Amino acid sequence: MQLDFLAVLAEWPALLRGALVTLVLTAVATVGGLALGVACGWARAWGARPLAYVAGAYVELIRNTPFIVQLFFVFFGLPSLGVKLTPEIASVLAMVINLGAYAAEIVRAGIEGTPRGQIEAARSLAMNEWQVFMRVVLPPALGRVWPAMVSQIIIVMLGSAVCGQIATAELSYQANLIQSRNFRAFEAFIVATLVYLLLSVALRHALHWAGRRFVFGR
Amino acid sequence: MVEFTLWDIARNLLLAARWTVLLSLIAFVGGGLVGLSLLLARVAKWPGAERYVGAYVQLFQGTPLLMQLFLAYFGLALLGWDVSAWVAAALALTLYTSAFLAEIWRGCVAAIPKGQWEAAESLALNFGEKMRHVVGPQALRIALAPTVGFLVQVIKGTALASVIGFIELTKAGTMISNATFQPFKVYACVALMYFALCWPVSAWSRSIERKLRRAHA
Repeated sequence: MQLDFLAVLAEWPALLRGALVTLVLTAVATVGGLALGVACGWARAWGARPLAYVAGAYVELIRNTPFIVQLFFVFFGLPSLGVKLTPEIASVLAMVINLGAYAAEIVRAGIEGTPRGQIEAARSLAMNEWQVFMRVVLPPALGRVWPAMVSQIIIVMLGSAVCGQIATAELSYQANLIQSRNFRAFEAFIVATLVYLLLSVALRHALHWAGRRFVFGR
Repeated sequence: MVEFTLWDIARNLLLAARWTVLLSLIAFVGGGLVGLSLLLARVAKWPGAERYVGAYVQLFQGTPLLMQLFLAYFGLALLGWDVSAWVAAALALTLYTSAFLAEIWRGCVAAIPKGQWEAAESLALNFGEKMRHVVGPQALRIALAPTVGFLVQVIKGTALASVIGFIELTKAGTMISNATFQPFKVYACVALMYFALCWPVSAWSRSIERKLRRAHA
């Protein structure tokens, strides 16, 4: 058995491009997924009955099916309804839908931990419901659950490796391309795996910092 | 062309779902055994166990399951073993499961108050007795809900085995959709079958958690 990592590392520009695509996918999915998650978390904890049920059904449906099936459904299934998507758009859409469901549960847990007195105090200051939610309830709620949210975002980033299967040119796709050229499959996937490990460690630090700085910090 | 009715699609998917269930069970049982050994090595404070098991967990939690499957598939082949997708998928999913379960269970053991360990120590119980009679049963109670919850992750994880050519529910869906040109219908059926597999397990995990919380309240 002979390993030849140089043959893979020589293709570093492709790996770098792949890693960048993975990061961009993750960044867009994070923003979209958080927005969707906050909306659904609000609907489940505070919304009207029918709205809460719809959000609940969405959350359960997504959390109990594999991401790869969701992705295939979006990419292969939706075109028969006349919705044609590029691989990149389909990947981002599936990631947003996926993260949104998990984020909704996380946000809900945070919202439900809000002390009643704070909401009553905010109402007594004549804030309307929107202000109460956006200014009093949401920021500390996100602060409470941010570590769980960061873990979920990283799970979605790692899950995006599947997007290579519909020809989105992310990291795993590039590794696949490299191994199809030089037949160094094991080495190519080892290198890609280590890059993913690096990305997940870096992303964890970046998100913890970003959370304090932008999402719920003072 | 052969016409596929909805029943034909559903029947073929159901047949393939057997392999999803079997692979999940293998991974869960195998992963549970490996995870338990890792946990015991850690709790018994074997020299280096903390460091190596920690690295092992970080490695599997910080990399995509898809890459782990590829590495098992191509890595075993590189060692000169002629492996089927079955073996590679079972191996990768077992290791993946073991890393997560070892970490979940470690948290459960850590949640047992220190006084329990000290009381067991003062009764001159050895490590095995402490685990079996004092810490184990209490940790098991807390561990049940997250462990059952993780089974859902394992079932969903088996869908990735389709990528290395293991014919289970997702792969069968792809093959049927290629034959029928009805991807919308086929993947909707596939998703519903995963839901039918996973949702009861999720609900079970939640009910265990609720009962535990009520018992403590």
